[in-house]
Amino acid sequence: MTIGAVIEPAVVPETTLAPRRHVLDLDDFSSPEIAAVLDTAVGMREVLGRDIKKAPSLRGKVVLTLFYEASTRTRVSFEQAGKILSADVINIAASGSSAEKGESLLNTALTLQAMRADVLVVRHPAAGAPYYIARNLERTRVVNAGDGRHAHPTQALLDLLTMRDRLGSLAGRRVVIVGDVLHSRVARSNVWGLSKAGANVVLSGPPTLIPPEFANPALQRSLPGVSYESNLDAAIEGADVVMALRLQTERQEAGMLPSVREYTRRWQVTEQRMRAAAPKALVMHPGPLNEGIELSSSLAHGTASAIEEQVTNGVAIRMALLYRLLTGEQEAATP
Amino acid sequence: MSRPILVRGAHIIDSSDGIEEVGDLLLRDGGVVARGGSLAAPDGALTVDAAGLIAAPGFVDLHTHLREPGREDKETILTGTKAGARSGFTTLCAMPNTEPPIDSATIVEYVIRCAAEAGPVRVLPIGCVTRGRAGKELADMEELARAGVIGFSDDGAPVPTGQLMQMALSYARELGLPVIDHCEDYSITRGLGIHDGWVASRLGLPGYPSAGEESLIARDIALAELTGGHFHAAHISTTGGAELVRQAKARGLHVTAEVTPHHLAMSEEWVLGIHGEANAETPVALGAYDTNAKVSPPLRPLSDRAAMIAALRDGTIDCIATDHAPHTFADKATPFEEAAVGISELDTALGLLLGLVHSGELSLSTLIHRLTAGPAALLGERGARLGTLRPGAAADVVLLDLDAEWPVDTRDFFSKGKNSPLQGDRLRGKVRLTIAQGELAYDGIGIGAQA
Repeated sequence: MTIGAVIEPAVVPETTLAPRRHVLDLDDFSSPEIAAVLDTAVGMREVLGRDIKKAPSLRGKVVLTLFYEASTRTRVSFEQAGKILSADVINIAASGSSAEKGESLLNTALTLQAMRADVLVVRHPAAGAPYYIARNLERTRVVNAGDGRHAHPTQALLDLLTMRDRLGSLAGRRVVIVGDVLHSRVARSNVWGLSKAGANVVLSGPPTLIPPEFANPALQRSLPGVSYESNLDAAIEGADVVMALRLQTERQEAGMLPSVREYTRRWQVTEQRMRAAAPKALVMHPGPLNEGIELSSSLAHGTASAIEEQVTNGVAIRMALLYRLLTGEQEAATP
Repeated sequence: MSRPILVRGAHIIDSSDGIEEVGDLLLRDGGVVARGGSLAAPDGALTVDAAGLIAAPGFVDLHTHLREPGREDKETILTGTKAGARSGFTTLCAMPNTEPPIDSATIVEYVIRCAAEAGPVRVLPIGCVTRGRAGKELADMEELARAGVIGFSDDGAPVPTGQLMQMALSYARELGLPVIDHCEDYSITRGLGIHDGWVASRLGLPGYPSAGEESLIARDIALAELTGGHFHAAHISTTGGAELVRQAKARGLHVTAEVTPHHLAMSEEWVLGIHGEANAETPVALGAYDTNAKVSPPLRPLSDRAAMIAALRDGTIDCIATDHAPHTFADKATPFEEAAVGISELDTALGLLLGLVHSGELSLSTLIHRLTAGPAALLGERGARLGTLRPGAAADVVLLDLDAEWPVDTRDFFSKGKNSPLQGDRLRGKVRLTIAQGELAYDGIGIGAQA
């Protein structure tokens, strides 16, 4: 039995999609391609649910994770995804910026390419670092696992899958993203995905923590279906999804918030606030969670919470992306 | 002594006294002997057929980073002056953020000596405002003035406190020289090298808002009023900054300003790798995060670009200065936030600026004025023979071909700095010949072979 027979989706004819070299953000994904990735991930989730979690699809492929920022969940998720599909996964933990490291980021990337890495999964504190690497690599493919405050496309895809599982189509759904949108790569990538899916995105949070192009309609730089509502109660009214973002306590020290107490009073997602949401609305959080700040504890662990599904879907989405990147091209068969 | 040079049949534009005519120019012994009409060639003269070309006074750049001494890996006085001559600059004012900085007579003399050895392009050093450019105490300003600096600046960084700026303006006033401030309020700016607008937000980069520049321009204008000193605002880039300068001039204060070619011709979209208007829904391309478009102050919105052109036209902005900032490959081969700031400008400055003439945004005579008589007027006595072709002026002449099109290839730059976002673009208009102090500084027509 070939694994492909089990996991290949039948919904979208793959031939209509342009082949993809890198995964850097969702802004260059079409809606059909997003749907195809989610469909592939559904198949992958089936593999993930088996007793013996192993498929041979990526045997002989080398996946390197290059993380310049601490991460447990995302790195382990990529590692697990690669290993379940039988790729050789090697983790490289680099600390500090490339400048501090001695060897430049460019030379590190070129070295890893010369070692014949098939995919480089990169997390870097500098926005755009994966673009910089991708621009300079001819063979190795790049997956962005989070760059500064810019983008986190695999997180957005797993969030989209989680929402689609519970709600079906996202067209016309009201999705609230609340918190520190300004510094959130999760929010940025989600805004792209949700806007393409036809959802109505309502951003909420302190005005100091909302990107100007979304907070100020006069700039005319927002995306279709995206608006800002500072009052969380008004934002949640009729919402199908409420996604809370992590609040870094440094933001308060940097003067962007009067106090964490004030933030909690105005923007914490609570069971009481969720009463105004649509029936069966779900509550999401990309983690790690500051329990009692962004979400009330009872909500985080209640039935509305989709936090654990997000984690499982994270592995499935990363399996789907590695699979699609590494098997999508027509390569000469090797014996 | 160099040979006399007769320039024949050029379209002469000399904005120092509004002359525009087709005629000849005779240069001898480092000076202009005659301008206009039909002139006879003296014995032994080098004759240049300039039919179809514009002849203008050699350009004066008030703001350039030549990096020598200390960072000869980025630029030397030799390579920088050659690059300048390619864009018609015959006078370059060298910023003092060298290593060591130009904060003593010894370093001033070193720069002047290197420049004399490098070639005919004139290099006028600018001295530090503060000792060691450290922003703590005033440099020996009178010693620097005697050694020959044409002004004071800690460029790359602002004069950090209002009190220091007040002292510097008072001292410089007595010496008859300007204080050239790099206006950047660190308490407002966060990120470096990108405007705090939709492009920065789109790319997830912290930005430098216009207010960060304007608050320091406002401070320095108030201090110029308090002291009567001459405040020259370096590389202004915002609508609000231009308005502050406009008001200060209307009130009769001794305030002047410059703008760079890139703030006149480029906008924040260039960081996306897009050389024109962009749409919020356009995906970020692999060519985005262009570190060669990282500059301080940053490339601003298109509306600011238009305001800079308007302020240049109405005289609010006195001159164009390049802020030529060459860097090494490694300085720019990094993620955006880690890259050095600055654009290598001298090789392309004129071609970029002539684009504004071709688009109809700027008249050729205004452009030439702001590169010649405009900046020369800010040099006091030192500028008396510069920026003009009147008899008696320095023999600094540039011959321009307005329509020659050429592709920018940074590998061909005379500058060591290849950090230009124009790589691969086409420019229209170039210098054919640059004469500095009566000698050929750039020869794009092979006239030197006649010698």
